[in-house]
Amino acid sequence: MKNLIWLIPILPLAGFIINGIGNKALSRGVSGWLASLTVLGSFILSALAFNSLADSNAVISVDGYQWFSAGNFNLEFGFLIDHLSIVMLLVITGVGFLIHVYSIGYMSHEPDYARYFAYLNLFVFFMLLLVMGSSYVVMFVGWEGVGLCSYLLIGFWFKNQEYNAAARKAFIMNRIGDLGFLLGMFLILVNFGSLQYDTVFEAAKNMPSGAPVLTAIALLLFVGATGKSAQIPLYTWLPDAMAGPTPVSALIHAATMVTAGIYMIIRSNVLYVMAPFASQIVAVIGAVTAIFAALIAIKQNDIKKVLAYSTVSQLGYMFVALGVGAFSTALFHVVTHAFFKALLFLCAGSVIHGMGGEQDIRKMGGLKKSLPVTHFTFLIGTLAISGVPPFAGFFSKDEILAQTWIHNPLLFTVLAVTSVLTAVYMFRLYFVTFYGDFRGTHHQQENLHESPSSMTIPLMVLAVLATVGGFIGLPELFHGPHLLSEFLAPVTAYADAYISGSASHAFEMNMIIISIVVLALIIAFTRSYYVKRNNIPETDSQTEGFSLLLSNKFYVDEIYRAVVTRPMDVLSRFGYNWIEKGFIDRIVNSMGLLTNGTSGMLRLTQSGNIGFYLFAMVLGIVVLIALKLVI
Amino acid sequence: MELSGLNNYLLLASVLFVIGVMGVLFRRNAIIVFACIELMLNAVNLLLVAFSSAHNDPGGQVMVFFIMAVAAAEVAVGLAILVMAYRNIKSVDISMLNNLKW
Amino acid sequence: MSQIAFYTLSVLSVFSALMVVFSKRAVHSILYLIFCFFTIAGHYILLNAQFLAAVHVIVYAGAIMVLFLFVIMLLNLNNEKESHKSNILKFAAVVSAGLMLIILVAAFGSADELKLISAPEGQIGMVQMLGQTLYSKYLLPFEVSALLFLAAMVGATMIGKKETH
Repeated sequence: MKNLIWLIPILPLAGFIINGIGNKALSRGVSGWLASLTVLGSFILSALAFNSLADSNAVISVDGYQWFSAGNFNLEFGFLIDHLSIVMLLVITGVGFLIHVYSIGYMSHEPDYARYFAYLNLFVFFMLLLVMGSSYVVMFVGWEGVGLCSYLLIGFWFKNQEYNAAARKAFIMNRIGDLGFLLGMFLILVNFGSLQYDTVFEAAKNMPSGAPVLTAIALLLFVGATGKSAQIPLYTWLPDAMAGPTPVSALIHAATMVTAGIYMIIRSNVLYVMAPFASQIVAVIGAVTAIFAALIAIKQNDIKKVLAYSTVSQLGYMFVALGVGAFSTALFHVVTHAFFKALLFLCAGSVIHGMGGEQDIRKMGGLKKSLPVTHFTFLIGTLAISGVPPFAGFFSKDEILAQTWIHNPLLFTVLAVTSVLTAVYMFRLYFVTFYGDFRGTHHQQENLHESPSSMTIPLMVLAVLATVGGFIGLPELFHGPHLLSEFLAPVTAYADAYISGSASHAFEMNMIIISIVVLALIIAFTRSYYVKRNNIPETDSQTEGFSLLLSNKFYVDEIYRAVVTRPMDVLSRFGYNWIEKGFIDRIVNSMGLLTNGTSGMLRLTQSGNIGFYLFAMVLGIVVLIALKLVI
Repeated sequence: MELSGLNNYLLLASVLFVIGVMGVLFRRNAIIVFACIELMLNAVNLLLVAFSSAHNDPGGQVMVFFIMAVAAAEVAVGLAILVMAYRNIKSVDISMLNNLKW
Repeated sequence: MSQIAFYTLSVLSVFSALMVVFSKRAVHSILYLIFCFFTIAGHYILLNAQFLAAVHVIVYAGAIMVLFLFVIMLLNLNNEKESHKSNILKFAAVVSAGLMLIILVAAFGSADELKLISAPEGQIGMVQMLGQTLYSKYLLPFEVSALLFLAAMVGATMIGKKETH
């Protein structure tokens, strides 16, 4: 098995190269299926690796070659497949494969077919590199690579300037986070002399808990995570990133890439356990982001925007779990979230596909009959994300809530409210889209169609996963084994020893009952509000008061523009007008003018008059001999 | 019989050479300019022969042969050019030959 | 005796050289130049280079100068009026030439005083001696100069021939 590990990332890379070079030469069917099959190959290999890992319980580590060395610093390019990365590998390749297959149908009208699949394969390659690396540097390579692919795919339709702007925004926001990550890496290198996970963590364990340098490292790494995983204050790129094709939103901006920050913190769990203050910050930021994004989502009318804010909110949940030290719980939510959020996005894509590109839910409605498969799978996704038992979201979310309750009741309250809000906006989305009367144009109604089977089959598979995915982590109450946390125990052992405790059975029981009751109420309420009374979200001009604030996303973009972009603009304009134009340009221009002027004068000596040349020659000889004499 | 010293020859050759230079600068008739160039070549020849005698080395005199050969070739080609120029501008005045730019 | 001969020849050659520059007519200039070449041939004899003196007279006075005269006659340039040259330019020409003379003399002033070898001892000017050097040590340049002549011949013919349209 060990010998085949390198094939896991190489397969998608090969797909990228073939699709990238054979861009126009490959037929559509070949490029789509080639890309999908490479990811399937990686999935099968990952499954084999999982098997061997589950059997022998031995971590697979592949020592790569020495990448470079400087002084006494050596960098190995190696792979590490442990219990954490194998879970990520399975999610990435599994969900990735389904989304590749889905893309074959979704992108069928797209002229630039091969380029799309090349990017998608490249993304999978970098994502695999990110989770497989045995050191922070390899992780960083993947980290930057997925950022690049995200940029390329958001701006996939690069003829649209707004999409390009969204792509740039995503890239720049990520850069800010990456700076934090880089600084964190430098601090690690300076303090521990290595960037290999095992060396760093062994050294960190010997340091006193709460050492300032550990806190600094943990906070800097967290800055990187806020960029990649869209947390306050760097979350604004994710909603804009919906400019990309919908399968991309599903794969990159919901299921995999945005969870890279979570993965990084789980990987560094030792550091965070040793830095309680940093962990508290993580939890608080996560909780604030969760409720903030959930509030915004309630008043969004773009089907993808709602899901995007919901992603931000769910990522906030995961960060709270990380902050309270429940690392395996966070990963549990990553997995279930990948299932149901990819499902929801793909359903949204199917709806958009059927509606001929329409994304505004106010122009939809009554799609239940025309898109039966999409409707049913979307319902499952909605139930899962809202936390209705026994769907996947219920188990992971309840576990996060329970863990938070033990550590901090205040955060628990915030998350509980968020949970309610989540159900509200998801069922609002569901009822407005699929019930009521059709509100689109006549033309759209005629062309309304269910998506082809290459799109619906992945939907069904993901729906099944979103339904049963939660059973890998049953709460203690049911006396079943918590498969995931047992599996992850080797990775989080150190953290588990430090942060102990689980909620009482009575509390869990109460939680389940309360959540079922509350959810039932919410469903009944939203149904009566949006279906029975046929309320549809008002147009933008009618919105006022608090909902205006919400539909404008708390004016965060505007605030950023005023606080960051404007001063930067002013500064750049000053630099351009005064420093660049007035100083540097003037020096450069005067150089040119000087050359022009002197050569203009020298040109006069080039009169073409032989007599003058002869004079010059004689005088030149005189001067040369005189010089020879003097020197 | 005593020959005069090398210094005298140096002075004489210098004077002849400078007269040639002056002629080149002074006159505009291309033929005279040519003649002055010949004069300069001869000044150099004279010096070469003087040094050759002083050092008792036949190399200097052999060099004079070569200079004569080159001068003969140069005069042949130069005068051909001159005839050509005269045919085109009906003059051998070098101030008329002022197209030597660009 | 040779001192007197040297000074006489020197004065004659400088005078004729000056006349080359200052004669009004081109034919006079060329004739003065021929005379100047004869005086230089006299210097060669004084320097014990008899063969060279003979060659000098034959090649320069006999061949090259005749070429000059032919050109003057063929183009009928004798009465060619020179365009007036401003006095400032003439002055500049004399000044720069004088400057060059000063510099040259100053440069040669640092040369060592060398005794010239008297006639009976110096055999290097003899035909035998020169011939041996020319055909042994300087054989290659000698052959190459043949190539030069060929090129000059072809060039002169090409340039001088009337253009046929």
